[in-house]
Amino acid sequence: MDFGFIFSSAASELFSPTTAAYALAALGLAVHFGYSGLLNFGQAGFMAVGAYGFAISTLTFGVPFFVGLVIAVICSAIFAMLLGIPTLRLRADYLAIVTIAAAEIVRYIVTTNQLTAVTGSANGLAAFEGGFYAMNPFPAGSYMGMNNRDFFIRIVGWGLVIICCTLVWLLMRSPWGRVLKGIREDENAVRSLGKNVYAYKMQALIIGGVLGALAGMIFTLPRGAVQPANYGTELTFFLYTCLLLGGLGTVLGPVIGAMIFWVVLSLTQGILYGLIESGAVTWLNTVQAGQLRYILVGVALMLLMIFRPQGVFGNKKELAFA
Amino acid sequence: MSTHSEEPRPSGEIDYMTDTRPIAAGDTAPGCKKRDPIVVAENVTRSFGGINAVDVEYLEIPRHKITALIGPNGAGKTTLFNLLTGFDMPNSGKWEFEGNSLAGVSPYKVARMGMVRTFQLTKVMGKLTVMENMRLGGSEQPGERLSKALFKGLWGGREKEITAQANVLLEKFKLDAKKDDYAASLSGGQRKLLEMARSLMVRPKLVMLDEPMAGVNPALTQSLLDHIKNLKAEGMTVLFVEHDMNMVRHIADWVVVMAEGKIVAEGPPGEVMKNPAVIDAYLGAHHDVDLGDAEGIKELAAELVADEESIVGTENAGIIAIDVVASESDEARHKRKDSE
Repeated sequence: MDFGFIFSSAASELFSPTTAAYALAALGLAVHFGYSGLLNFGQAGFMAVGAYGFAISTLTFGVPFFVGLVIAVICSAIFAMLLGIPTLRLRADYLAIVTIAAAEIVRYIVTTNQLTAVTGSANGLAAFEGGFYAMNPFPAGSYMGMNNRDFFIRIVGWGLVIICCTLVWLLMRSPWGRVLKGIREDENAVRSLGKNVYAYKMQALIIGGVLGALAGMIFTLPRGAVQPANYGTELTFFLYTCLLLGGLGTVLGPVIGAMIFWVVLSLTQGILYGLIESGAVTWLNTVQAGQLRYILVGVALMLLMIFRPQGVFGNKKELAFA
Repeated sequence: MSTHSEEPRPSGEIDYMTDTRPIAAGDTAPGCKKRDPIVVAENVTRSFGGINAVDVEYLEIPRHKITALIGPNGAGKTTLFNLLTGFDMPNSGKWEFEGNSLAGVSPYKVARMGMVRTFQLTKVMGKLTVMENMRLGGSEQPGERLSKALFKGLWGGREKEITAQANVLLEKFKLDAKKDDYAASLSGGQRKLLEMARSLMVRPKLVMLDEPMAGVNPALTQSLLDHIKNLKAEGMTVLFVEHDMNMVRHIADWVVVMAEGKIVAEGPPGEVMKNPAVIDAYLGAHHDVDLGDAEGIKELAAELVADEESIVGTENAGIIAIDVVASESDEARHKRKDSE
């Protein structure tokens, strides 16, 4: 078994663009669930809206990269409002039901055959990333073992993660963030103190949704393709896993959580494949091993909830009164 | 009228603690007019299913006074609170605060107008510190707007003022030692104090306290009473729901009695408590008797014998077998003494 290869591929997951996308989307969930108590089970839907918003505006309407980006962000904000207007006056569970359904609606709409010309149906869309890589300032060559395209998307992805984390941190230390945390604890009490709870919840829903849309774009750009199958319900639950791993009401938690999630997936895959190839494990083939690693992630999450329920960065004291 | 200036006083500097002018404008009767009302409610009704939880024909709350709202469980006191503060919508009626109609006004706007309430089941933000709880009540913090939240320079100054205001209140309520603890770590009584202090952060004109003394130990009750009296001294109006008649007698200037959703009586505490309708509906007949000692029971027996109405069914149904009860309670007392 080549441990050097296993560890280096696990380490490369640490800063892969997909990890950055998961970190961003989980940060959006932290704004929703960790800080505001909004139970959003449709973050995959927000990511899909961002990815498709960008891809469709680029391919169908031929807009430049940044216009596509703005369109994607606006689409996700509108999506958030559509979800929020009927449900934010109700209890948190209703939002959960509506968001999970809406995310599925988005996925089914883009899979519809009648829309193949626009959405590409189940095959999805491809070749929309040209505008992005045309901006690549790095000339061809090797950067830390990566080509200039891989290097560029990593710089952009993680740069975006850092910017968004800073913004969220600034927001959450402000009085605005305090009102959100108050709403998470008891929205009627916040209402009785003269705060417009509905507006705050809507703002939080939009901010988290926009983060999800940005994540959707970072997720699709390195692949050069957007496919509906990538935005299923399980994506949302992977994001919740990242969030819980890192710690709910924290800014760095989702980022570290996404890193842990992908490193654990990569390590278990490397080790299982190595064991199968070396003949130490005969009762498992590589396809089964690929599925087993998600089971192991689930086990890791259970262990974490039992022995460190606040997550890596969470504050133990907060949980003492849960 | 700025909410940040010192409490506005009417010309002539009236001391609200010693103001003895009559509260009612005319005769004291359920639904009577007040000399200076802050809240006026007219024909406010709210029904749940077939039950009329609240059916208030006319009610005025006097300004700069402490008004107690009493009544048996299920009388509609809390529902009336919810209706007045916008947390619930009445089926009909109109009500106003300082001349502004409150029909259809959302709760947060009602609070901004200066009418702030607390809750029967204390609501503190458990996972925020006591200080953060207090700051949350601060009004006109520009940093609570998303557009300004990112820039500390825009809200840092107001935050300092709010913190200073919170420190003064926390000291007054003896919570200053706890200010960095999570609110969830406070005892029930301390939470009541925190909730009251937090509502004062809004600088309200009318404070509505829903059972401020429920579940609070007697030592703390005294300080809570003092706090409520101080609110009046500072020019605020207080409306509170309470069950303990002694408390009401001590601090209330005016008492409103509700039963089955209606206002059945109102007036100064001394008068209201002599009102036979109130005594029957709420206190029960013979409420003066202390059933904890033998003398009291003898007294009650004597009263019951004299009271024609207490005899229901057989002739001696209302009469207590005095020898038995008295000796039992004497025995119990001896036992207690022995065990001490």
